[in-house]
Amino acid sequence: MRFRHILSETFGGLRRNLSMNLAVIVTMWVSLSLFGGGLLASQQVDLVKGNWYDKIEISVFMCTPDTRGDNCDPNKEVTTDQRDLVKESLETNPEVASVYFETKEQAYAEFNDAFEGSPIQDSLTVEQMQESFRVKLKNPEEYQGVVSAVSGLSGVQAVQDMRQYLDPLIRILNLVRNAAWITSALLLLAAGMQITNTIRMAAFARRREIGIMRLVGASNLYIMLPFLFEALIAGVIGGALACVTLASTVYFLIIGKAEVSIQALPWIGWSHTVWAMGGVAIVAVVLSIIPTLIATRRYLNV
Amino acid sequence: MIRFTEVSKTYQGQEKPALRNATVEIDKGEFVFLVGTSGSGKSTFLRLVLREYRPSRGQIFVAGRDLTKLHSWKVPALRRQIGTVFQDFRLLPGKTVSENVGFALQVIGRSPKDIRKLVPETLEMVGLEGKGHRLPEELSGGEQQRVAIARAFVNRPRIMIADEPTGNLDPATSVGIMKLLDRINRADTTVLMATHDASIVDQMRKRVIELDDGEIVRDQSRGVYGA
Repeated sequence: MRFRHILSETFGGLRRNLSMNLAVIVTMWVSLSLFGGGLLASQQVDLVKGNWYDKIEISVFMCTPDTRGDNCDPNKEVTTDQRDLVKESLETNPEVASVYFETKEQAYAEFNDAFEGSPIQDSLTVEQMQESFRVKLKNPEEYQGVVSAVSGLSGVQAVQDMRQYLDPLIRILNLVRNAAWITSALLLLAAGMQITNTIRMAAFARRREIGIMRLVGASNLYIMLPFLFEALIAGVIGGALACVTLASTVYFLIIGKAEVSIQALPWIGWSHTVWAMGGVAIVAVVLSIIPTLIATRRYLNV
Repeated sequence: MIRFTEVSKTYQGQEKPALRNATVEIDKGEFVFLVGTSGSGKSTFLRLVLREYRPSRGQIFVAGRDLTKLHSWKVPALRRQIGTVFQDFRLLPGKTVSENVGFALQVIGRSPKDIRKLVPETLEMVGLEGKGHRLPEELSGGEQQRVAIARAFVNRPRIMIADEPTGNLDPATSVGIMKLLDRINRADTTVLMATHDASIVDQMRKRVIELDDGEIVRDQSRGVYGA
């Protein structure tokens, strides 16, 4: 009976404040979708970083007679002494995890593999290929020291850091994530205030009942539960809609499009989506409960 | 049942206390009139008994509880021991007489079985048998106050507080309400009634506590309205 009364009060409240509750649901939906989008974007960033920073190498290309560079003697190939000096400099650097030397033959084989069947394949000879050191770093973020240590050595034609190709992508993803989070924070604030207002109006409409309940000794929880449920139902519906939005975004955009067209990158999948949905659910519940407690406090203070 | 020891209450933002140094003891089963002009501290006295406010100074015991030390979450338990009626009845307009009375039981978690038994019993006691399905607006003022009394009494409280219960009623109807409160009192319920109605106080010849400017100036057993 107690529970039935609370339920009937809850649904009565939802019906009475239908337009306000719909507004709450829509605001919650949009703001939680953006919040979940932020969670997804940040997971995507971590995934790209984790997967690619491991593979990132610094390539130190040696001079050939054909190459030009500040540290190359014109029309001369790198000497053995110069090469040994570069090797020693790399191997003694504390930031370096491992060094691997790629010969002209290996570079040519790799070039052939990459352009298998293409007319470009015949345009280069083994002699034209560059020798290089492939350097793996202990911490991929700390590449500057190694780059500057070897780029000035003679016989070094160029130092290439693969991070420079990856950084713009990560910057864009970070931007998307931050934008999503700032927008969702503002909208979540608006949603919270909307819930406070809705519940305050609902409590005001029932102030006679609340007064009598307090007078005859109904517990605060009993008085508050219908309001709490009313806010929770609106919040949970908004959260559920946001979860559906997230799932469809992942399904159509990531799994359907991005994963197919950009296979070189790792993409977030269902496990990440479920994780983001969990975050959305927690925020939906907390965001329903706290404004309700604030809004009803005035009517329940004894 | 109710004991005030040197109780003072000063409302926030006011300098003059609404109640000053009140010491009084009301025993189980007593019928007490609280008289005095408007602003003399009658309502403050009643509200302190209900623990709507805490006293600024002094100690209050109600139904065995020390109200100065009572946690907010225990206030509902205190109020279940106290029935309250007001001058303006405070019935819920959308609910029938039975629903209004049953509401008081429903919201403290009594079973539907109890409600089905207690509501008609109480309505019969206050003289409203057969009117359970009516809405408050269909009743006279006296009948509405009887509904309010039924609602206050349906949980069989140990204390009944009445704040000017006859203030909106004509003298003949008031007599009926007083008879009802007297009956409730004889069922071993302590009754504390604030009133302006001199003729009622004089007729009943019960204990009278008079407040003036926040102080108890008279406490007389079998007293009258004016000293």
